[in-house]
Amino acid sequence: MPAVRLDAVSKVYGRGATSLLALDQVSLSASQGEFVCLLGASGCGKSTMLNLVAGLDRPTAGTIETGGKQIAMMFQEPALFPWLTVTGNVELALRKLDRKKRKERAAELLDVVHLGGFAKKRPHELSGGMRQRVSLARALAQEADILLMDEPFGALDAMTRDLLHDELERIWRERNLAILFVTHNVREAVRLGDRVVLLSSRPGTVIEDYTVELERPRRTESAEVAKLAGEITVRLKEEVSRHGR
Amino acid sequence: MAVESPEKINAQIAGLDALEIQVKAKRNLPAAIWGRLWPMLLAISIVLAIWEAVVLAEFWPEYVFAGPVTALGELGTRLGEAEFWHAIATTMRRAVSGFLLAILVGVVIGAAVSRVKLLRAAFGSLITGLQTMPSIAWFPLAILLFGLTENAITFVVVLGAAPSIANGLITGVDYTPPILLRAGHVLGLRRISLYRHLILPASLPSFLAGLKQGWAFAWRSLMAGEILVIIANQPSLGEQLHYARELADSARLLATMIIILLIGVVVDVLFGAADNALRRRWGLDQRIG
Repeated sequence: MPAVRLDAVSKVYGRGATSLLALDQVSLSASQGEFVCLLGASGCGKSTMLNLVAGLDRPTAGTIETGGKQIAMMFQEPALFPWLTVTGNVELALRKLDRKKRKERAAELLDVVHLGGFAKKRPHELSGGMRQRVSLARALAQEADILLMDEPFGALDAMTRDLLHDELERIWRERNLAILFVTHNVREAVRLGDRVVLLSSRPGTVIEDYTVELERPRRTESAEVAKLAGEITVRLKEEVSRHGR
Repeated sequence: MAVESPEKINAQIAGLDALEIQVKAKRNLPAAIWGRLWPMLLAISIVLAIWEAVVLAEFWPEYVFAGPVTALGELGTRLGEAEFWHAIATTMRRAVSGFLLAILVGVVIGAAVSRVKLLRAAFGSLITGLQTMPSIAWFPLAILLFGLTENAITFVVVLGAAPSIANGLITGVDYTPPILLRAGHVLGLRRISLYRHLILPASLPSFLAGLKQGWAFAWRSLMAGEILVIIANQPSLGEQLHYARELADSARLLATMIIILLIGVVVDVLFGAADNALRRRWGLDQRIG
């Protein structure tokens, strides 16, 4: 029984002659504890897919099953509320708990992302990588089984991104999360994913589903990662050049 | 391939964080205050000098257009009189009560219009239109409806200020960043909790700007009203202006104008301070350089 299952999901934006088919009959599933990277060039509808799973948008056709599981989502921007402190942002996701429990839980989660000492800061006082970790702590606060990540490390420098990969991998394993991770960075996908799902562009369909059998922990700069990333890149380039004709 | 231990990773993260946190320069408070103060003092001296120069040029006789020394001397005398303080108190009471009522009306209208599509279509542009209507144009109607009473003044003050306040709120709601709305949706914020935790706080800067503009309109409407609607035995700043003109008492007229200007400046500084505090909290105050 998979944690998320998309069954022949299509998404059309607009109506009539100007309508745009963003996703075409996409079927995909991820089991609990599985890390799935969605990879594709621009216009492959990878963000659309996450929005549909998160319920931010509705599919035009097909079904999405999550079995009533709690879903959390991270975006490319940290999307923190600037009027709240770091801990306030995390506590917002814990608002159903009473005050004391909420404080404790938020402190624990900030420790998980190594930001225990920054609870009283405001988001703008932190660096991009730190904000993204607050955003991760907020997502974890939702006690979700499914974590959707829409290019969460896209705007970060390579070193910070590298460290966050380690962090994410650790948290994912500890919590047995099902992760759908959207990226256009092939190495990042190979570094992190149990599977790398390659999507075509306009409309988005699944064209390849690679199982990454490299042993963890992996390093982004390792030869094995580079080799598989190279293969996938060739396939991706084929797909992209199809649109130039 | 060397795999780094968790301890090493933690140390690296802590190191990066320490490097990336901005180091804040400590502010020297007296120097900061003086830095703000001296340009203002300079501007005031320049204005006084020009004023004195115009008086010395004798375009008008001194009893028609008093010089700064006479006017400020008169201001000093007036500040010792109970009647003047009574006038200031009456005016401020009207300003504050009218403004509070305008906030109430503005918030109710703004909330309704930003929430209901039909109301938006019907009243959205009307509210903006009302903002451009000179408030003094309302007075003939207000006097017909309420007579020469304080209610006539309040009516116009509220009509002057409420549209700006409503518009501030509507703009704030409209410009809630979409990414925050998406994050809020994922966090399960809906309806009331969505307003409480996201839309209202997000619209605060714009609402504050609306309040500031609303105050400016309220203050203008109030002065116009007090000059037009004179209530017996109730001194007010506008009424003082009116009588100073009737008595051709130039020094008194100018002294009252200085007080009106001062009150305006003080309130503006208060709104500015609130705005700055908000910007600092939100991190919108980072200047270039």
